[in-house]
This record gives sequence, structure tokens and C-alpha cells, in this order.
Amino acid sequence: MAEEAPKLRVVGTRPIRPDGVDKVTGRATFGADFTLPGMLFGKVSHSPYAHARIRSIDTSRAAAVPGVKAVITGSDLPEITREEAFVGEAPMNFRDLSQNVLARDKVLYDGHAVAAVCASSVAAAEEAISLIDVSYEVLPHVVEVRDAMAEDAPILHEHIRTKGVDPKPETPSNVVSRVEFALGDVEAGFRQADTVVEREFTTQAVHQGYIEPHACVASISPDGMATVWCSSQGQFMVRAYCAKLLGTEISRIRVIPAEIGGGFGGKTVVYLEPLALALAKKSGRPVKMVMTREEVFRATGPTSSAVLRVKVGAKSSGAITAAEMTLMYGAGAFPGSPVQLGCMTGFAPYDLENVKAVGYDVVLNRPKAAAYRAPGAPMAAFGVEAVLDELAETLGIEPLELRAKNAAKEGTKAAYGPKFRRIGYRETLEAAKSHSHLQVPLGPNQGRGIASGFWFNIGGQSSAAVHVNEDGTVLVVSPNPDIGGSRASMAIMAAEVLGVEVEKVKPIVADTASIAYSDLTGGSRVTFAVGMAVVQAARDVVEQLRARAAKLWDIEPDAVVWDGGEARPSSSNAGDFSPLSLADIAAKAARTGGPISGKANINASGAGPGFGTHICDVEVDPETGRVTVLRYTAIQDVGRAIHPSYVEGQLQGGAAQGIGWALNEEYIYDDSGRLQNPGFLDYRVPVASDLPMIDAVLVEVPNPTHPYGVRGVGEVPIVPPLAAVANAVGRATGVRCFDLPISPPRLLHALEERRSEAAD
Amino acid sequence: MAKHHITTTINGEPTEFLCESQQTLLDVLRDELQLTGSKEGCASGDCGACSVMLNGRLVCSCLVLGIEAEGASVETIEGVADGDRLHPLQQKFLEEAALQCGICTPGFIVAAKALLERNSNPTETEVRYWLAGNLCRCTGYDKIVRAVLDTAAEMRGA
Repeated sequence: MAEEAPKLRVVGTRPIRPDGVDKVTGRATFGADFTLPGMLFGKVSHSPYAHARIRSIDTSRAAAVPGVKAVITGSDLPEITREEAFVGEAPMNFRDLSQNVLARDKVLYDGHAVAAVCASSVAAAEEAISLIDVSYEVLPHVVEVRDAMAEDAPILHEHIRTKGVDPKPETPSNVVSRVEFALGDVEAGFRQADTVVEREFTTQAVHQGYIEPHACVASISPDGMATVWCSSQGQFMVRAYCAKLLGTEISRIRVIPAEIGGGFGGKTVVYLEPLALALAKKSGRPVKMVMTREEVFRATGPTSSAVLRVKVGAKSSGAITAAEMTLMYGAGAFPGSPVQLGCMTGFAPYDLENVKAVGYDVVLNRPKAAAYRAPGAPMAAFGVEAVLDELAETLGIEPLELRAKNAAKEGTKAAYGPKFRRIGYRETLEAAKSHSHLQVPLGPNQGRGIASGFWFNIGGQSSAAVHVNEDGTVLVVSPNPDIGGSRASMAIMAAEVLGVEVEKVKPIVADTASIAYSDLTGGSRVTFAVGMAVVQAARDVVEQLRARAAKLWDIEPDAVVWDGGEARPSSSNAGDFSPLSLADIAAKAARTGGPISGKANINASGAGPGFGTHICDVEVDPETGRVTVLRYTAIQDVGRAIHPSYVEGQLQGGAAQGIGWALNEEYIYDDSGRLQNPGFLDYRVPVASDLPMIDAVLVEVPNPTHPYGVRGVGEVPIVPPLAAVANAVGRATGVRCFDLPISPPRLLHALEERRSEAAD
Repeated sequence: MAKHHITTTINGEPTEFLCESQQTLLDVLRDELQLTGSKEGCASGDCGACSVMLNGRLVCSCLVLGIEAEGASVETIEGVADGDRLHPLQQKFLEEAALQCGICTPGFIVAAKALLERNSNPTETEVRYWLAGNLCRCTGYDKIVRAVLDTAAEMRGA
């Protein structure tokens, strides 16, 4: 299948992105930038309690505020009693989702939405929100994973019985499920080991931290036809979820995607859109809703907090004989942490005979976790890669050597099931070994950490259309929000197939009424899967162009080749005709059959797994515990970089997010279960002065199933940094940190403990 | 409560608007004047997405009241390009892919322009500290910092 194009003309070049000018001039329209005439402003009332029963909600004072046009509570949404439903391929529990967007009987976290209003001004809406009287019966709460798993923990959901354990429990629990993946015999494997390292780790919930708060405008006509303008990772997802939550048909909702100001997984679900629709319906006016930053932190999904135990045994040669981990991930208020993905990914870079991963999905009184870049993988990799570093140190083996000795390769059976096809993990280790980063000498209080990471990457349902304009320019219509340069990659791939200059190709992102369904932007799937649809649609166009040329020349289509953006006779036997360009054929389209347009609707499979290896140098200030990242190199097998600059950007951005997770970021709760740091001042994401340049090294081991070799790219880069940073700190100080973030107070405490031990 | 009548200059244009006492300059720019290039990421001065120049000084427009624009000169992202001629920073951000989602980009360009107007030859460290008030969650800042340094070099050479 690998169609190794002899020479790629456009793929691998770095043209200016087609949507770029709008984004550097402020013209691009993001979620909050859209307005409609007669629009009202919606606001949400949030629970101040971590866990409470709602006795009653009195909205009469709110409704009486001048300018208020509608108030809604949970009872204004249809009650969904069935647990599971499917939209496309993705399982989604719409009962939980409905209760998350507006609480019904109980509030389950600080920030849980309980009511919403719309008014003629934001000020009136805010005043009304302050006058919604909710009578709460405060219940005991639990925000930590270990506490939530305890026998006597306050129970969030009376209906939950732990799945995956035998015998089936009869009493409710916060442990939603237990999952297990195993291969071989770990007990036997550990008996063969010369050295075993076993450690327990914790990681904190971190937020995706997109700079654009959630925002939407909803309008609904008296006959129920609705339009939503919003920023999301999938307009089709918004349409389907809103239809389900409001009990209406998909055909009655049209979702028009705005530019999206960052998502990283956090915009793969709805919060405001169903409320805006319900308010628009009740008020008869369009409704705009925009979250504040505090609402983003308190009421939208961060990733899971996690507790994990990792145990790895190896021969003195470094050959791993057994590896085992137990992961406990906090799901937030409703089931569905990515613990299964953690179990599947943690050991995936390694070729292991005996391996076992057990995971627990645990509900607790925090916002429902949402996807965050390689969901579930960074925490598991933190534990695994930290244990491997300690193992390497104990065995006296270079960390890259230890990994190379055990690295997965083509044919390796992964613990989670499949046999790997062509993968590039070893190539990333080779690139690391020869990288100049390793030659830089380290000074006092400095250390170097190495870690690797894995993500599956996915395909999925995807659509695309390619239209030839009358003058021979080209329109590429694709269905997925452009979150980091995907328009550019779609244009490049179409230009490559058609043989035209990329500047002649204009890519647009279509709304739900203008192109066929596509799965959302996530799983590192768009350039791979939607790109595949674009390539097929462009090839469809090429076939038509050949047929049109054949018609103009009055020869058989098979006697026409498309080469270098022109139709030519396949040989002199076919006839002697001057080549026809795309523009020539487009100009004569009316004479040869009308408009020229191709499309492709596919369910892409064969996504190529991605592996990365990161090198991090830090310096630790022994007086303050502050860690400074001095140097950082992110190496990844990207398959083939369609637009290398934006691929590098993925590696650099993912690394920065991972560094934040390792060093600064965490959700901090007080004793009453209220979030203490719902703002960028106290929830500190890395700023420019925190980071060095991040060297992105693109290793290209083409994915055989994609026409140009594309693998997903966006998620792998956040997987290695947690351990790369922690390992560097460990090597710099001799004190290993098992709990993230390695914030100055925490590290200082560990350093002082060590100093006082040394003094004793 | 009566609205305030404010007379100001925005991107060189004499401009009048009405605003309420509590409306920020960012609210006024976005909601009253439809200049939506300045973004609200936090409304607390922590993210810099709303960066504008007020009387030649770089500010977060979410921390300035609309009424403070009285008699002032305000420059926003919409005034950075000269008609269809992009500012060298805008051009360099495009050439060097110094943006991904683009929501923070207007703030970065306004802030970086303010830096280069004060310091035509900043070091990498100076760029990083000057831009430390502008959050970007996509890029890891690498390409942004390079684009600013390269623009500075180009403008010095010009």
C-alpha cells in the first residue's frame, strides 16, 4: 500500500498557512467574536459546594430582574434515563452529560452548573444569577483518589457498582470499574530479575489551559430549527450532543464552527451550547454565552489526578523480565477517566514478555475529567519512565541504552493487544544518542533526564470535498476545526495530488450543513484521516480531469495521464495534443460535463502509532527548590511531516505543557472541596521566561497506510516530559520526586529532608 | 445610570463611544466598537490576549476602564498593519509559523511591537521576559521568540 511518491513537490515544504493573515491581524473570528442582532447574554449559576443535594431552586427573584428573558434549571432539559448511547462510534453517557451541563438532584463539584439565565445585558444576567435561590443540603465530599476509594468514603452515585471485579459487588462504590491488560506471567518474570524497582507516584489534575474560554451563540426559530456558532473540536459532535440533550433531531440543528482558540481535548464535549439553545428556545431570541476564566477552571474538564504504582524487574544486562503497574485515576464527578488508555500506553514502547496493567476509574467531587492531549498516557508514562531511569542508574546502564535494549519494534506484540507494524521508536532513540544535546557538559546542581512516550493515534470517520473553480483554482472543503494548522496540511496534500501550486488551493472548514459527517478533531487524527479523505477526493478530481481532457481530445480517458498539474496524452500513440492545465480544463468544464468536483467519505484505519523520546536538562536552586529547564530536545517519529513547521510546533507545545504539568500546574482544593486557584495567576502555566528553546527533531518513518506516510503527531509530545523533567531533577539532586508537580516548596522540602538525614 | 460619553483616538481615528462605568476598555473595544481582535482570555491581566497600547504604553485592556480612554490614544491589533501591508512582525509570525490556534497572536504581536519600539536589539532573555505576560498554550514559545528576534534583526538591517 505504501505509495512512496517518487518525489514530493509540496509535502514537506513550509508555505504560509492559508488562515494565517486573519490570525495575525485580529480578523479571525473565534468563539466569542460572533454576534447576532437582538442577541441576549446568558450566564450560568454554579454550585458553591463540592457535594450537596438540591432541595429546591427558586428562580422567581432572578426572573424579576429587568431585562431577564428566561431562566432554566435542570428540569428544563429532557430527563435522560438510559445510561449509554452512541453517537457515531464514540460511547457517551448522555444521562451523565445532561446532569453535568445542568445538575438535577445533586451537585457533585464546586462549579457544577445548576441554572442559567439570559438577559438583555451581561450585567442583568449576572445580577439574576446572584438572585437564584438554591436550597442545598450539604453532603460529605471527597476530592482525592485514595480517599474516594476508601470503604467509608462519601458515595457520589448510589447506582455505581464496581465493574470488572468478581464477585459483582452489591454495595455502591466510587470505584466505577477495574480494567486489566496482561501478557505472560509477571510473577515468574520478577523471579528471573536481578534487580526490581517499585515505586508509587501521584500526579495532580491539570487543565488543558486553552487561552480561549468556551463561547457560543445559539439561535432557534419558532419551528425548532436551530443554529449554533461556537468554538469546539467538532461541529458534528456539538450537533449530535445538543440534539441528544435537547431531545431533537440532528437535522434540526446546524453548527457553524468558529476559529478555535485552543482545545487540547478540552473542547471535545459540550457545556454552554445546550444551555444557550434551551435559553434561546425559551426566550425566542438568540443567546450568546461566554465563560469566564474562573468558570473554565471550575466547571470544565481538567485531566485526571492519579495515583500509580509501577514495578519493573530486569536482568543485570538490562533486559526487562517483568513489568507491572496499577493505575488509579480520578474521573471527576462522573465515570470515565482515561485510566484504560493509561494501562494501554504506559509500557507500549517496550517489547515485554511479562507485563500487567491494572486500572481503576474513580469518581470524586471534582469537575468531570475531559480529554487532555494523549488522555491518560502522561501519568502512566511518568511512573514507567521514572522507574526505568532508576533501574538504569541502579544497573549502571545509560538510560537510552536501557530503553534501546527493550524497545518495541515491528512485530512486537504490545501488552494491550496488537502487533506493531512499522514503527519508529528505535529510530528516536538513535536520534537521541547522536544529538548534540548529549555533548553539553552539566554543571553543579544540573541534571539530565531522558524519557520516552507512546500514543496510538487514530483514524475514524472523515469526509472531504475538492472543488475546481472556474479559473482553475481549487477549493478544499474539510469538516474539522483547524486547531493548529490543519488547513495548511489539507491544502498541501491536495496541491500535491493535483500538481498545482499550494497557493492555488484554498482550504475551508465547513459547517455541519455543508459537508458529510466527520468525527471530531482529536486523537491526532486529522492530518492522517481527514488528510486521507482529502487525498482521495483530489484523486477523484484527477480522474475527472483526465476524462475531461480525453473528451476534449476525443480519445479514451485511459490514454490521458495527469502529470505535473497537466493532462497529457499517455504516449505518442494516443495522439499529439498540447498539454491541458487545470485552468484550461476548468475553463472548458461547461463543454465537457459541468462542474468538476471530487469527494471522499471514509472510515480511515491504519493510523500509525507514534513514539517520542525527550531529553531535558535542569538546574535546581538548592536554596529555593526552584527548577529551571536549561535545555530541551523533543524527538519524535512523525511518519511524514506535511508542513514541518507546524509539526515542530506540536512537539514544542506538547513539551511545554508537559513541563508545566511536571513543575507548576495543579488543581488545589481547600478542606471544603472548593477550588483555590481558578485563575492564571494561581494556576500557573509556563510563560516565555520559564522555558528555553525547545529543539524539535522530526524522525520520519513513514506510516505505510497513509499515501504520504503521515502518523498522528499532536499527542505524543506531552507523554515523555513529566518523567524527563523528574528524571533530570533526580539526577541533579540525588533526590527522586515521585509526586508532581515538583514545585519549589515540595522540592525544597525533599532537599531539606535529605540534608537533615545527612546531618544525623 | 447614564452612560459616559468618551472621546478618544483609536488606531489614529478620532472615535467617540458611550460606556458604562464598569465596562473595561476591552469590553468597549469588543462590544461597542466591534474591534474583536483583542481577546479576553482571563479578564484579570494574566494572559495578555487583550494587549493594546494606551498612550504609548503596553497595557492589558481588561485592566483599564473604558472611561480611561478619554482623550487618550489607543492602538490595537487592528491598527498594526498599514492597510494591506503587514507589519514585519506579522509577516515573520506567518513565515516562521509562530502561531497555532491564533487566539493569543494579536496580544503577542502588540506586545512584541512595543518591545521592538523600545529595544531594537533585544536578547533572547529580554524577549522572553518582555513577553512573559502573554500566555500561549500551543507553541511552547519557541517559534514566537525566534520570530521576534528575527524581526528585530530584519528591521535593524532595513
